[in-house]
Amino acid sequence: MRRRRRKLIGDRPQDGVLLEVRDLKTHFRTGRGLVRAVDGVSLSLERGKTLGIVGESGCGKSVLSRSIMGLLPRFNVVRKGKVVFAGRDISGLPASEMRHIWGTEMAMVFQDPMTSLNPVMKIGAQIEESLRYHLGMPRDDAVETAEVLLRSVGIPEPRRRLEEYPHQLSGGMRQRVTIAIALACGPALLFADEPTTALDVTVQAQILDLLADQQRDRNMAMILVTHDLGVVAGRTDHIAVMYAGKIVESAPTSVLFSELKMPYTEALVKSIPRLTNRSHTRLEIIGGRPPDLVSPPSGCRFSPRCPYAQDRCRTEEPPLQEAPTPGHLYACWYPVGSPDQKLTRPELVDPAIAAGGS
Amino acid sequence: MRYFRQKLVQVVIVLMATTFLSIFLMRQLKGDPAIAITGGLVNDPVALEHVRHEWSLDRPVPIQWLRWLENTAKGNLGQSSAFNVPVSTLIKERLPVTLYLMVYAQILSLLIAIPMGVYAAYRSNRTFDRVSNTVAFGLLSLPSFVVAIFLVLVFSLHYHLFPAAPKYVSPFDNPVLHFKNLFLPVVSIALAQVAVYMRLLRADMVATLQNDFVTMARAKGMSTARILFRHAFRPSTFSLITAAAVNVGALIGGAVIIEQLFGLPGMGNLTVEAIARRDFLVVQACVALFAVGFVLVNFLVDIAYAFIDPRIRHARALA
Amino acid sequence: MTSTVIAETVPLLAATLADEPGEAGRRRRPSVAMWLSVAWIIGLTLVAVFADALPFVHDPKRTNLVHAHKSPSSTFWFGTDKLGRDIFTRAVYGARTSLMIAGLSIVIGLAIGGTIGLLAGYFRKKIDYVTSLAVDVMLAFPALILALAITSTLGHGVKQVVLALSVLSIAPLIRVVRAQTLVYAQREFVLAAKGLGAKDARVLFREILPNVVPSMLTFALTGLAILIVAEGGLAFLGQSVTVPTPTWGFMIVEGYPDLERYWWISIMPCMVLFLTVLSFNLVGDQLSKRFDIKESLA
Repeated sequence: MRRRRRKLIGDRPQDGVLLEVRDLKTHFRTGRGLVRAVDGVSLSLERGKTLGIVGESGCGKSVLSRSIMGLLPRFNVVRKGKVVFAGRDISGLPASEMRHIWGTEMAMVFQDPMTSLNPVMKIGAQIEESLRYHLGMPRDDAVETAEVLLRSVGIPEPRRRLEEYPHQLSGGMRQRVTIAIALACGPALLFADEPTTALDVTVQAQILDLLADQQRDRNMAMILVTHDLGVVAGRTDHIAVMYAGKIVESAPTSVLFSELKMPYTEALVKSIPRLTNRSHTRLEIIGGRPPDLVSPPSGCRFSPRCPYAQDRCRTEEPPLQEAPTPGHLYACWYPVGSPDQKLTRPELVDPAIAAGGS
Repeated sequence: MRYFRQKLVQVVIVLMATTFLSIFLMRQLKGDPAIAITGGLVNDPVALEHVRHEWSLDRPVPIQWLRWLENTAKGNLGQSSAFNVPVSTLIKERLPVTLYLMVYAQILSLLIAIPMGVYAAYRSNRTFDRVSNTVAFGLLSLPSFVVAIFLVLVFSLHYHLFPAAPKYVSPFDNPVLHFKNLFLPVVSIALAQVAVYMRLLRADMVATLQNDFVTMARAKGMSTARILFRHAFRPSTFSLITAAAVNVGALIGGAVIIEQLFGLPGMGNLTVEAIARRDFLVVQACVALFAVGFVLVNFLVDIAYAFIDPRIRHARALA
Repeated sequence: MTSTVIAETVPLLAATLADEPGEAGRRRRPSVAMWLSVAWIIGLTLVAVFADALPFVHDPKRTNLVHAHKSPSSTFWFGTDKLGRDIFTRAVYGARTSLMIAGLSIVIGLAIGGTIGLLAGYFRKKIDYVTSLAVDVMLAFPALILALAITSTLGHGVKQVVLALSVLSIAPLIRVVRAQTLVYAQREFVLAAKGLGAKDARVLFREILPNVVPSMLTFALTGLAILIVAEGGLAFLGQSVTVPTPTWGFMIVEGYPDLERYWWISIMPCMVLFLTVLSFNLVGDQLSKRFDIKESLA
């Protein structure tokens, strides 16, 4: 079926703001009440740059990426706020319109390549599908292009692989295939939703490097969603830390690590195990459990688990405010390094104390 | 390959056991089997002795069974005592009727159930899904003969659209009449099937649609129709195929009632009469035929599984 | 490998995961239909059991040609047949017979088939292999023919019909129970019990059986519905109980020739049959969902 790629977006300037998200909210209507998975997130991304979104499981980051892309079903889902992509407001567009953007301008790489690839379709078919559907490529061209794509993502013997099924490949290779599929039509923005979580550690670095290479070659913007700060440390231009459906800190990468303000960010950084630690060093943990998204805690949502929480934290929700360094936003009443910060709950910081107490 | 060899062995065992069982059961009945086979019409002891020899009736049951196998292999299924024609002739006459009935019913029910099931899964929990589910549930609680009676009441007796006691007409003689006469019987069978198939497909599809690869296909910008039919449908058909296979087996029994009700001269009808009239050889042949059919269908289903899901294909090839 | 997305969109999934469309946003309570079904089943059973004592149920055998062929009215709720017998009364007594036959058959089938299934699923190896083969053979043998063979040779009294139906239900029950047993036999709590030195019999009885029983019961309910229909089928072929009162199937057959003019003779039992089968199906279905949900969480 021949389809012309519709020029919804217009010609691409080489840089400038590609994506702007303003106060995006995504709520799910469920039996337990309204789940506020994404509760007022704003961010922006320039062409060719990488944004990392970091947070625990259940903080809403995966919902965020899907919501920005517009992939969520509409039944029982409330979506508010604005998403502007390449100058065009795509917030309210119906799926029939978005379909022309998906795959061509925006693409997503999913977490688990075993489940994100169709097990009963050949690899080649899954790649060629986008090419033929969106770009109207004839069959032979599509096969050629697919082969080139597979080679470019580092898969040996690409011709043979085209005829194989997903289960015949290893995990790392499968993820390369999903990347190839996502990149097939040359999107301007790539969402990588926990792309390495389901993979072996040894393969993780390769995949991340691959993504970085592709990004550079194509001047493609990327949103890297992960729970692992270590993944985004060296590979992003900007990081946004998410908690309970909100962004709690956001800064250019180096600034975030050197001048972090929010205690949650501090806890995340501290929890990264380091090779240089002595063996048997206790792992740092963040005590407590992720908050209930139906009825989140009053005040600052991290307050129940924050070792520095004071009374104001529990009653008033801190707004995102600008730090001295430009581009750095944080939401905390008593940020790290401020004179008012007090360690009110030491047991949450030192696991030894916590263990000793129980 | 080993898998197929195993399956083949099982098939053979099942067939042998079934045919043996039927001979065994019938020999339990009182009375001289030779007389039963000849329908009590033959009194000449020489002729009776001939029959005994032909079917090894004076030997133990296993020998009788082997004898039957041997005769069948030679194409000799015997003479029907009730109808006084060779059994093979009877089967040649009656088998097509039942086959048409079954095949048409399956095709009809699948043609209706598949689109409905897919749509219900696509718009799950909305109005269409709920309504169709309720209706389906009602339908599958309706025994086929109840459906048949209602259909006859409305379309035959009230509106005179279709005959209530249709004569079987071969499609080669008069295609229009062929279909017209078979319409009510086929619908009676198909209606309950539609319900079962639709619900099964819907359930499987809803589960499949939760999979990441469906979201991925959407993220690729594929159209809804393409996602539904090209991506989601194939992996969702397992339950459907299994059920269709089981139904074919059940139909062989269920078609009996419909055939009886509408007076269609099919295999089911034949078997009922043969049992009632102690026509051993006919019953024997019918049982064997049904068993073969059942086993064949199951075999085909296994092949279908391998065809649909390449993972199974490869696992089996390696085994 | 639980996708974080699932964790975050669980509420969404829960709404759509139901086998049957449920109302998103409401915890699935037993529906109105379920309660109606239960009411029907209980009502039917009570009426059938206490038929003799009920004032609105008359003598099923009483013929009164004066009232022959009367359509449904306030005196004869379901009308009368050609001998003037009250169809409603006959339906009530027919319920007795039909339910009793189906009930007995499923119980026997469960007892025998369930036991074999348990043993096969638990001990596996040779027992399982032989059993599976036997089940295959039993299933390959056309069901109705076996039933017909039994009834036409042994007669069609209650005992014979029950025998026929029980025999028919054994094979599928073995399959179902075996499958369920397999699921549980591999679970860790069984291993734990064995590790503590529990003997097989005890493990089977105390650990596995309690877990298998719920699904056995739900299947039994659906099986009951199927058997009622099967018995109806047998009756249709003239191979079921007629003495002292006929089953529903028989009534339906009897009334069929007069369908055009005296439709109620056949249609009324049809309705009763339908509603009963529907009720059992509904209850069985709802129950299976209850237990399956626990299953998937486990």
